[in-house]
Amino acid sequence: METLSSLADGFAVALSAQNLLLAFLGCFLGTMMGALPGLGPANGVAVLIPIAFSLGLGPTPALILLTSVYYGCMYGGRISSILLNIPGDEPAMMTCLDGYPMARQGRAGEALALSGIASFVGSFFATCGLVLLAPQLVKIALLFGPAEYFVLFTLAFATLGGISSSNQAKSAFAAALGLGVAMIGSDSQTGSERFTFGEIHLYDGIDFLIAIVGLFALSEVFVFLEHHRGGAAGHSGAKIGRLLPSWNVLKRCIPTMGRSTVIGFLAGVLPGAGASLGSFLSYSLEKATVDRAGDSFGKGDPRGVVAPEVGNNAAAGGALVPMLSLGVPGSGTTAVLLAVLLQLNITPGPLLFQRNPDVVWGLIAALFIGNLMLLTLNIPLVGLFTRVLLVPTRILMPVVAMISFVGIYGITGSTFDVMLMVGFGILGWVLRKLEVPLVPVILGILLGNEMEVNLRRALQISDGDWSILVGSPLAIILWIIAITGFVLPIVLGRRMRARIEANRPADEVATGD
Amino acid sequence: MSDRIFGCIGLLLAAFYLWAAWIIPDSFMVDVVGPRTFPYIVGAVLAITSAVFILRPDPEPKWPGLRDLVELAFAAAVMFLYAWTLPKVGFLIGTVFATAYLTWRLGSRPLGALTTGVLTSGGIYVVFHLILGLSLARGPFGY
Repeated sequence: METLSSLADGFAVALSAQNLLLAFLGCFLGTMMGALPGLGPANGVAVLIPIAFSLGLGPTPALILLTSVYYGCMYGGRISSILLNIPGDEPAMMTCLDGYPMARQGRAGEALALSGIASFVGSFFATCGLVLLAPQLVKIALLFGPAEYFVLFTLAFATLGGISSSNQAKSAFAAALGLGVAMIGSDSQTGSERFTFGEIHLYDGIDFLIAIVGLFALSEVFVFLEHHRGGAAGHSGAKIGRLLPSWNVLKRCIPTMGRSTVIGFLAGVLPGAGASLGSFLSYSLEKATVDRAGDSFGKGDPRGVVAPEVGNNAAAGGALVPMLSLGVPGSGTTAVLLAVLLQLNITPGPLLFQRNPDVVWGLIAALFIGNLMLLTLNIPLVGLFTRVLLVPTRILMPVVAMISFVGIYGITGSTFDVMLMVGFGILGWVLRKLEVPLVPVILGILLGNEMEVNLRRALQISDGDWSILVGSPLAIILWIIAITGFVLPIVLGRRMRARIEANRPADEVATGD
Repeated sequence: MSDRIFGCIGLLLAAFYLWAAWIIPDSFMVDVVGPRTFPYIVGAVLAITSAVFILRPDPEPKWPGLRDLVELAFAAAVMFLYAWTLPKVGFLIGTVFATAYLTWRLGSRPLGALTTGVLTSGGIYVVFHLILGLSLARGPFGY
């Protein structure tokens, strides 16, 4: 009941004219970014953060704008998967498998509409799940002391590589790199200058937005330059055909939607899993359940389009649960959203629900509204979004780069910071080449200081006794999860990765990335 | 091989990091842990993981050829130059050239690239500065 009244208050916040407009804008921009290959949810949100701040939006409006972009990307990713067999972003990879064959049979419109409905179902129920689960998790989180928080952060880093990670050493290296960058600047506890070497620009530390925009957005520009991929993603004249699926097809997909929502949501809530795993698991499980003989999946089965789309959208909603209630994001994009909160001086975690209920519930209400908008935007206007695919990347990518520059310069007004961002862009490109994941770097920069502060508080309480880190049952459980999460991929990862690779569309393997 | 080189660089970085952590000056405020402990842990993780790269390298990534590397280096240089000259030449002029360069290198014809540069620069100026009121770098002519 308490939840319902909070949600009602949230709707009151979200239904203001400004917030509705921002939600609409976010949904529209998000769908376009999702549709464009090369711009995923993480880079899309990263480019827009500095802009949102230099415009002086308040916390709730800024969050509404950026989460709408996030949800919109999850919708948009499917468009190029279906029409061109090129996933618009990573989670949309599995949608290619049945979506593209459907398009080639002249059922593109049907596949697009069906996947739009699937996206809606997935994110709608995941948002409901968020409403129910997050307050419960908050209750547990209130039991956390500094020692438990330190272990929780360790857990986040240990599991971030995820089950599909190829090399755990590289995830750990990335996390340490991020933590190392976070240490730069004056120490919050004693005021000592650390790693500044007398450089005045470093006294305040490195702004995480500079790192995020550099690592995510600019490194993408370098990847495009390297491969000279300047052409348009799509060709004109992709026939869309009939838009609405028949009731029979839709009816057959309902059980699929139910199963995939649950799997996707769980994959999203678990740390380190994220939307890509959500769509992968939903697709594989659906194939194992309804198509044992293996004769319709992969050849344009509508259920094969619905399952991954429901899965990735449900995971997107699920990933917000740990981010909002614990302050520990489970995926790259939620890490970027965490940066938004930190920039607004809002510490996510259990206290967020008590101190800023208007932010949390306004955001959740905005997600419901955004979802409805996305559904209505996506079914009739899908033709408009497919036009976006005609924009050649030789124009698109420089524009992305320039908007990144404008955003960072707008916030900091310092050329040193802008050059630092270019440096991060180059670093991001090198790390991607070496298959070092970028998300732990970001998370390290974001959480580093918080993690250290908690460690120091814990040891202050215990008067320097390190055994406090395993001093409570809760901490021990978290350690066990962390260690399992880190070791398991070393044992299982290779097999999982091989299966994901085997399912990738042939085109994508050829172009690399 | 790339991973081994990367591991060596990682080890050097870790050593540098540990050294830099070691010389962190003490402050008049003290706490039990002190400002050095956590950086030591971070440095140790860097060192251990780098050693793993050297001992168990991954398969070789596909590096671009020399020409593409030069291409990337030039693009990076242009971006640095753009950032450095931003307050001197102003947003509008700098952006025209930076965008034009990137568009040209991604495969536009020179004239088309210049047009894209002018349109992008003007477009961003109108949308972000005139409509949304964002402050952009001012050049010698005030824009």
